[in-house]
Amino acid sequence: MSNINWQPTAAIETLRERARCLAEIRHFFAERGVLEVETPVLGHGGSTDLHLDSLSLTATTPAGRERLWLQTSPEFHMKRLLAAGSGPIFQLARSFRDGEVGRRHNLEFTMLEWYRPGFSLNDLIDETEALIRLLLPEVGPRRLRRYRELFRDYLGIDPFTISLIELRRLASERGNLNMAGSPRDDCLDLLMSLVIEPIMGQEGIDVVIDYPASQAALARKHGDAEDGVEVAARFEVYVQGLELANGYDELTDADEQALRFVADNAARERAGKPFVDVDTRLLAALNAGMPEGSGVALGVDRLIQLVLGKQSVAEVMAFATPLS
Amino acid sequence: MANYSTNEFKAGLKVMLDGDPCNIVENEFVKPGKGQAFNRVKLRNLNTGRVWERTFKSGESLEGADVLDLEMEYLYNDGDMWYFMRTDGSFEQYPVAKKALGDTEKWLKEQVAYTVTLWNDNVISVTPPNFIELEVTETDPGLKGDTAQGGSKPATLSSGAVVKVPLFINQGEVLKVDTRSGEYVSRA
Repeated sequence: MSNINWQPTAAIETLRERARCLAEIRHFFAERGVLEVETPVLGHGGSTDLHLDSLSLTATTPAGRERLWLQTSPEFHMKRLLAAGSGPIFQLARSFRDGEVGRRHNLEFTMLEWYRPGFSLNDLIDETEALIRLLLPEVGPRRLRRYRELFRDYLGIDPFTISLIELRRLASERGNLNMAGSPRDDCLDLLMSLVIEPIMGQEGIDVVIDYPASQAALARKHGDAEDGVEVAARFEVYVQGLELANGYDELTDADEQALRFVADNAARERAGKPFVDVDTRLLAALNAGMPEGSGVALGVDRLIQLVLGKQSVAEVMAFATPLS
Repeated sequence: MANYSTNEFKAGLKVMLDGDPCNIVENEFVKPGKGQAFNRVKLRNLNTGRVWERTFKSGESLEGADVLDLEMEYLYNDGDMWYFMRTDGSFEQYPVAKKALGDTEKWLKEQVAYTVTLWNDNVISVTPPNFIELEVTETDPGLKGDTAQGGSKPATLSSGAVVKVPLFINQGEVLKVDTRSGEYVSRA
């Protein structure tokens, strides 16, 4: 028994600092009139996103034996609250993503997610910056970086127009692996994580905008100002090479959302990944009408890691998923 | 051998890559936003000692390498091969070629235990203990009274290695040497 490691992965002093950060976050939203909510971690649908693996379990409920899904983010339940007229809401939600364990990832983690009916994407970028500055007062200036510009500046390619063959060749070369046969987005993701991410947010807060339309997930799409190529109304925030937050101009069209769910599951099937139940209650809520607005999800553990100058999320979590 | 998926990769795992056995040195899970996940992996090629940096799509797998580290005592050299014997009581002997011995050749001393790495039952590398005691066979005469000051001179050891030693060291003395850095530590 003596060699079983029962000790926390964070120092007790770190947990005190963590609690202080959480209190500051709650205070930030209270002052702005954003309501704190708590929603279930279990839902009737999972995340259909090709690159997220939801955990599920079987529970006994009045409906009998049901398969329920652990949330990868509190998005679905929170959008149902918005449709029910909650107004602006936030949540510090425990989220689960199968297989994601590493220096920057943990199987379960704390997601700060908030929704702002009536906010444009730019309004929400401003608010996200204000929250980050509250906890990281020393951080440098904010820059808006277009996804397309980043690939032009650091890789010398236009990610929207480059041929798939050339893109695969570049990804294979930079990653030192074989990307022949890989889809376009996988090649872009590889280049993003290997080449661009590490240099993001080294001088301040870098906000990447105008993602490829194929990476829209639950965001709206619009034409790029440059040549009308469709881009996703989505942003990601980077500080010190860490991706901190992911925001959307939220899709409110139930039919479009239903189509994306179906397309996601088709892509999952092609990739040999299991089918994920679609959250029909979310679709019904969108159908009833969700107010226009923006929402963002922020990785609290990573933010606290930066606040405390730690090297991994495990060091700011009481008990991180063991690495081996 | 079993196959190992990227989520089973960890430091010390021995896998096959491009036909060579490798030791995983470091494994980092990387994932952009909501995109495809990758593992950036550093592996030491056990045949050449070189460190490779590779990227794998999460979920890919590599075949395990049948690699074994055993403790063995150095016996002798017959002019062609070097012979080592297991210290587990089996007295089993293994011939080692010059290529597998590599730099360790200059740290060989009879009856000292080395870590011998086997792949498919062939020796691919030999690692000396971190510290070894060897006799000085050749060096300039020692300088008396120079024990405190700096300054060094080369000394040839009984195994053939040449290390820098303080000026007061004499031929015939036994020294403790760090085999990783090749530096003199102290008189034994």
